[in-house]
Amino acid sequence: MISSIIFILILAAAVGLFYRSARTIRRNIFLGREYDSETSTSEKWKTMLRVAFGQSKMGKKPVAALMHLFVYVGFILINIEVLEIIIDGIFGTHRFFSSLLGQVYFVAINFFEILAVLVIVGVVIFWIRRVALRVPRFWKPEMKGWPTMDALNILYIEVILMGALLVMNAADQSLMNMNSEDLVAAGLSKYDIGMNGTFYVSALISKFLGSDPQLLFYIERTAWWFHIIGILAFLNYLPFSKHFHIILAFPNTYYADLKPFGEWDNMASVKKEVDLMMDPDADPYASGAEEEEEETQTFGAKDVTDLNWKQLMDAYTCTECGRCTAVCPANQTGKLLSPRKVMMDTRDRLDEVGKNLDRTGTIEDGKALIRDYIRPEELWACTTCNACVEECPVMINPVSIITDLRRYLVMEESAPPQELNSVFTNIENNGAPWQFAQADRLNWSKE
Amino acid sequence: MSEQIKVPTMAELLAEGKVPEVLFWVGCAGSFDDRAKKITKAFVRIMNKAGIEFAVLGTEESCTGDPAKRAGNEFLFQMQAAMNIQVLNGYEIKKIVTTCPHCFNTIKNEYPELGGNYEVLHHTELINSLLEEGRITVESGKFEGRSVTYHDACYLGRSNGIYEVPRSLLKALDIEIKEMTNNRQRGMCCGAGGAQMFKEAEKGNEEVNVARTREALAQKTDFIATGCPFCNTMMTDGVKFHEKEGTVKVLDLAEMIAQAAELE
Ligand code: SF4
Ligand code: SF4
Repeated sequence: MISSIIFILILAAAVGLFYRSARTIRRNIFLGREYDSETSTSEKWKTMLRVAFGQSKMGKKPVAALMHLFVYVGFILINIEVLEIIIDGIFGTHRFFSSLLGQVYFVAINFFEILAVLVIVGVVIFWIRRVALRVPRFWKPEMKGWPTMDALNILYIEVILMGALLVMNAADQSLMNMNSEDLVAAGLSKYDIGMNGTFYVSALISKFLGSDPQLLFYIERTAWWFHIIGILAFLNYLPFSKHFHIILAFPNTYYADLKPFGEWDNMASVKKEVDLMMDPDADPYASGAEEEEEETQTFGAKDVTDLNWKQLMDAYTCTECGRCTAVCPANQTGKLLSPRKVMMDTRDRLDEVGKNLDRTGTIEDGKALIRDYIRPEELWACTTCNACVEECPVMINPVSIITDLRRYLVMEESAPPQELNSVFTNIENNGAPWQFAQADRLNWSKE
Repeated sequence: MSEQIKVPTMAELLAEGKVPEVLFWVGCAGSFDDRAKKITKAFVRIMNKAGIEFAVLGTEESCTGDPAKRAGNEFLFQMQAAMNIQVLNGYEIKKIVTTCPHCFNTIKNEYPELGGNYEVLHHTELINSLLEEGRITVESGKFEGRSVTYHDACYLGRSNGIYEVPRSLLKALDIEIKEMTNNRQRGMCCGAGGAQMFKEAEKGNEEVNVARTREALAQKTDFIATGCPFCNTMMTDGVKFHEKEGTVKVLDLAEMIAQAAELE
């Protein structure tokens, strides 16, 4: 009874806290400008099922893909067991599903235990790749400090959680398989679920736990509480971690822009002005009210609030895997640009803006995404080759942010690199990026 | 050169009351860059040979605005787009072919929303259908025993998903094709895109084109094939940097086809 109440209080606190963090992230994302992908609903679902649920973009790195699949499938399915733990915790039952499933219950738990082992295998190999083999993309400058610690925390937590699950099952099956009289004598009749059976993986651990019912009981209870509190703590760690991708990967692929990568949006605010220039008869006040609102928008992005909400969701979805940076031609040749860093900077700045908002009620703090986080030198190194976009397993588009920041530098600050200024002048005056006269454009045919 | 090339302009055809099959969008590189002009002419010879009725805009053509857009100058881009669309729509153009993947991408993907709706082809797509329809034929012996590696242009490949058409031109040539480790979706950029062509690179360890050319040279082929005038320049410079211009030639697919069709 008391334990049920304690459990319910912990559960409610954990869920409530998570809800608060998730709501803050949602609020931050919608500080962004409007976004509409123009994709049909059925196409959106298909993309999400294929890319997020089906992991279709992971396959380019087969080892990482397989290990990731272990951890992913493991975590999704083992959650069914967590559901049982929650029911048991609330109602004070023991192995609630066993009474519903009969012998099938043992098949299910054995299956989960195999998954738990695969999760551990996956995590160990991830650890080896990151720490022992030092795969370069995990050790770029932007990964210094917290990002690397975060990545390792996640691996350690996962191993500990799976370990607790197996220890719990190990102690529990020793108790369940005792005869009823012994259990009653020890005051543990709850562990008599009316069936005998073996969980083969955790049985390997059972051997080391002895056969003293009281001791087994304490081990089982400790592991049980440790496991569930660990999971609830992990849940509340997610919003502060790159691991949040396990949630945002789904909406992020759902809302992804499916146009060809080469097709960039034609800025509507610019189109309006160009239309006026091309057609002097057009009525500048045709749709007055709307127009004025647009007028105040800056061209391009100086800060995160000038980006659209999908770009901001991208930032929170980024799992810092660095696949984008590994294929970036600028990064490969030693330039400062790293598309992963662009995403991390956007997220960190957005977090900061959100905190300002909570603390002072305004987002202003005299800082901006440009310069305080991302230097123009990084932005100008991008060849817009789309390798990063192609590579990202959760359909993040770093180039669209790079472009919006460039747009700000060019259209609001007139501060592109000097050579590009001449290119603009040439295009404007001669219709070509070089200094050739438009009248000479057909000379090649006579040479 | 075998014979004089024929390059009618839209204005001339209009005066004669004729409508061309397709408009050839030459692009800035194709019009002004010495290396790219050769690609332009090779493609014209192929079209002349196949008897395609095409025309160019000539002095009425202007930059599509691609470098401006990628560099963040949306104003300039949309001004260029509006002017070009006015000219193209004035001539009631329906179909456009271009040798430049940047022009291709911009006109095909970004002009429609601004009022320019055309069927847009990359020159490798047009050449491919000419080969399929038998409107041009290539001598199989021309490249026999030689080898080639194809460098994917970002704005053809990743940006528009065109990977196989350029390769099918090479297959028609009876030449051994060796793929670089990074090919198709994973093809590395030559370093020219996003208006990089027109500026110094930011500080780093090396130039992008030097790195990409190293990947191409690793295949030890006789040719590096490209489908973009900017890639062509970048790879040519890269080959020079590695001092391999004696052993490897960088050619556009149109030039290779023109050679095999005995047009050069
Ligand atoms: S598009 Fe820009 S950031 Fe992305 S890989 Fe290419 S050069 Fe790097
Ligand atoms: S943007 Fe995508 S590919 Fe790049 S680090 Fe983030 S999740 Fe990985």
